[in-house]
Amino acid sequence: MAATDVDIFSNEEKRNLSLGGHVGFDSLPDQLVSKSVTQGFCFNILCVGETGIGKSTLMNTLFNTMFENEEASHYQNGVYLRPRTYDLQESNVHLKLTIVDTVGFGDQINKEESYKPIVDYIDTQFENYLQEELKIKRSLFNYHDTRIHICLYFIAPTGHSLKSLDLVTMKKLDSKVNIIPIIAKADTISKSELHKFKIKIMSELVSNGVQIYQFPTDDEAVTEINSSMNAHLPFAVVGSVEEVKVGNKTVRARQYPWGVVQVENESHCDFVKLREMLIRVNMEDLREQTHARHYELYRRCKLEEMGFKDTDPDSQPFSLQETYEAKRKEFLGDLQRKEEEMRQMFVNKVKETEGELKEKERELHEKFEQLKRMHQEEKRKVEEKRRELEEEMNAFNRRKVAAETLSLSQPLKKDKDKKN
Amino acid sequence: RLRNVRGKVRFMRYIYSVDKQYVGFATLPNQVHRKSVKKGFDFTLMVAGESGLGKSTLVNSLFLTDLYKDRKLLNAEERINQTVEITKHTVDIEEKGVKLKLTIVDTPGFGDAVNNNECWKPITDYIDQQFEQYFRDESGLNRKNILDNRVHCCLYFIPPFGHGLRPVDVEFMKALHEKVNIVPLISKADCLTPNEVKKLKDRVRDEIEHFGIKVYQFPECDSDEEEEFKQMDKELKECTPFAVIGSNTVVEARGQRVRGRLYPWGIVEVENQSHCDFVKLRNMLIRSHMHDLKDVTCDVHYENYRAHCIQEMTSKLAQDNRTDSPLPILPLPTPDVETERLIKMKDEELKRMQEMLEKMQQQMHEKDQ
Repeated sequence: MAATDVDIFSNEEKRNLSLGGHVGFDSLPDQLVSKSVTQGFCFNILCVGETGIGKSTLMNTLFNTMFENEEASHYQNGVYLRPRTYDLQESNVHLKLTIVDTVGFGDQINKEESYKPIVDYIDTQFENYLQEELKIKRSLFNYHDTRIHICLYFIAPTGHSLKSLDLVTMKKLDSKVNIIPIIAKADTISKSELHKFKIKIMSELVSNGVQIYQFPTDDEAVTEINSSMNAHLPFAVVGSVEEVKVGNKTVRARQYPWGVVQVENESHCDFVKLREMLIRVNMEDLREQTHARHYELYRRCKLEEMGFKDTDPDSQPFSLQETYEAKRKEFLGDLQRKEEEMRQMFVNKVKETEGELKEKERELHEKFEQLKRMHQEEKRKVEEKRRELEEEMNAFNRRKVAAETLSLSQPLKKDKDKKN
Repeated sequence: RLRNVRGKVRFMRYIYSVDKQYVGFATLPNQVHRKSVKKGFDFTLMVAGESGLGKSTLVNSLFLTDLYKDRKLLNAEERINQTVEITKHTVDIEEKGVKLKLTIVDTPGFGDAVNNNECWKPITDYIDQQFEQYFRDESGLNRKNILDNRVHCCLYFIPPFGHGLRPVDVEFMKALHEKVNIVPLISKADCLTPNEVKKLKDRVRDEIEHFGIKVYQFPECDSDEEEEFKQMDKELKECTPFAVIGSNTVVEARGQRVRGRLYPWGIVEVENQSHCDFVKLRNMLIRSHMHDLKDVTCDVHYENYRAHCIQEMTSKLAQDNRTDSPLPILPLPTPDVETERLIKMKDEELKRMQEMLEKMQQQMHEKDQ
């Protein structure tokens, strides 16, 4: 993975030689093609739009298949992403198609966090690929690439302008994924309104710096068609899997009391343009852009976070390891330090608590002593009082005894007196 | 209908003019009609729903005028943190001698921000304010020229792009269903095939019932109405919520010039009943139920508000413990400045007299002792 697009041979002299006969390396593209056909292709589409806006129907219409889909409810608490993988085959080409749905998008009353699950999902796929890439023993050729190649953003056909949620979400996504905005359910907008609507949307995107996917115009084979298609963005699409008889043909269409909207009629909607651009012409370019631009940006940011730098292009793999080791040491050192800190803190805390407990113990002891002293004091007083009481009792008894003896002797005296 | 009654009246007159027992109060409907034409009518209609659902276009189509000529629409980035505003347009229109003062209350910004928590609050506040204003006017001393600004009907626009009601729709209707007559509409119905329209209507009706939302109910027909009228009424009720399409432009269809939308695959006619329910909505809103909407607003929503208000006031007064006040505890609404001042003055006088009384009593008490 060269960090720059510098031609390695720019300093050497290039000579154009003419061939004497047919060598045969003109079959290289064919070899490449046959190899990739055997390998099979992989394509991942992310559909972002309100519930009921027609994401599933459009996928069914684009790939001419009925992918299983239950209707989503409007009452999800948040947005969550639902990826579904299908194996499709056309002629001898195998396609592993993953369609990721944003369930619950646009339904909540507070939509400030709505973009987060989408960004997280995209980042996670990048992260998984990065992890695989950084492995020592890796198998990239076998790896099921789940990175999102294209995000179809479904705009509601209000006819006025983008919704505030659309603007906020696309701004968060434009640096992570190829975005193609499409106007959904376009059969509710008349031609003149559509023209104004498209201009308004594009001007809002430009004035807010949202970068949508531009069909590439550097390959002469497709320059013309791509640049004309770029002018038709955002595509106004209508999806339908129902067939209606028009004239003597049966086409996919929507039947109204006032007419029949044919999906594949270019004067009715831009479905054919979308299919051309998305599948028939630029699918490979989308994959390339995802890998070469969006993934590389993610990777660079992630590695810079981890502390890597591109200082020596020659010894890059070497400095990678060194930096890795250095980082590891640093990290371990950090860890140890933190551990020490925590241990220290723990010890301190224990000491503190011990101290507190000792203090408390001492206080209790003091109290106990005090109480004891008080108790003894009280006891002494009580003893004194008891003694006093006893003395009084004794004194009283003595007096009583004295009084009794006196009274006893008195009647004797009386008797004596009487006898006398 | 009125024409019918008048016809009956004339017929009865013819029969009974000979009979001296004819009293003549059968002409009352005529008198009511005459007086009301002289007085003129007023109607306040609120339209609510997210930006871009065709509210302005529908209002223009309903009243065949252009109320929104010079309005400016906000960009997406301006709407990220937009707050809900309340704007009013009042027009005086006249048809066959009957004057109508029509007020359209708009709610730009509803549901347009990224965070729409309680975005219906300015709307409920506005409705309550109108009720409060009317309450004060009604309880005032001079009731000659009361302006009725109460909202008689709220058309709520449900987007046709989803599978039914969304949380913001449910919350809005629940916040308003006891304050105003809500008529839910499926907007921009030209993106739905007839099957899809039916499915969505059933879904919305079920969800309205499930969430306990009380939308405006058409009154039951009298049993002595003509069969044709009863049939029409039944059809009307089964058609709700109405799926409507509006248009600001006139196109040529089937040899006539009609309001419609021109597509490459056909022309949608706004007044074609097999295309959408616009005609049913117009008939219901203007031709048959306009007065009933006003009556329900006066008799039900306003009375609820009034009773609630009075209850709150009395409970507050009881808490304030004004038991020693000699003033009667009348549940007066906030009186105007003049009366308040008078009351204050009288209050103070009374207090002073009370104090003097107390002093005198004390003195007498001391003398006794």
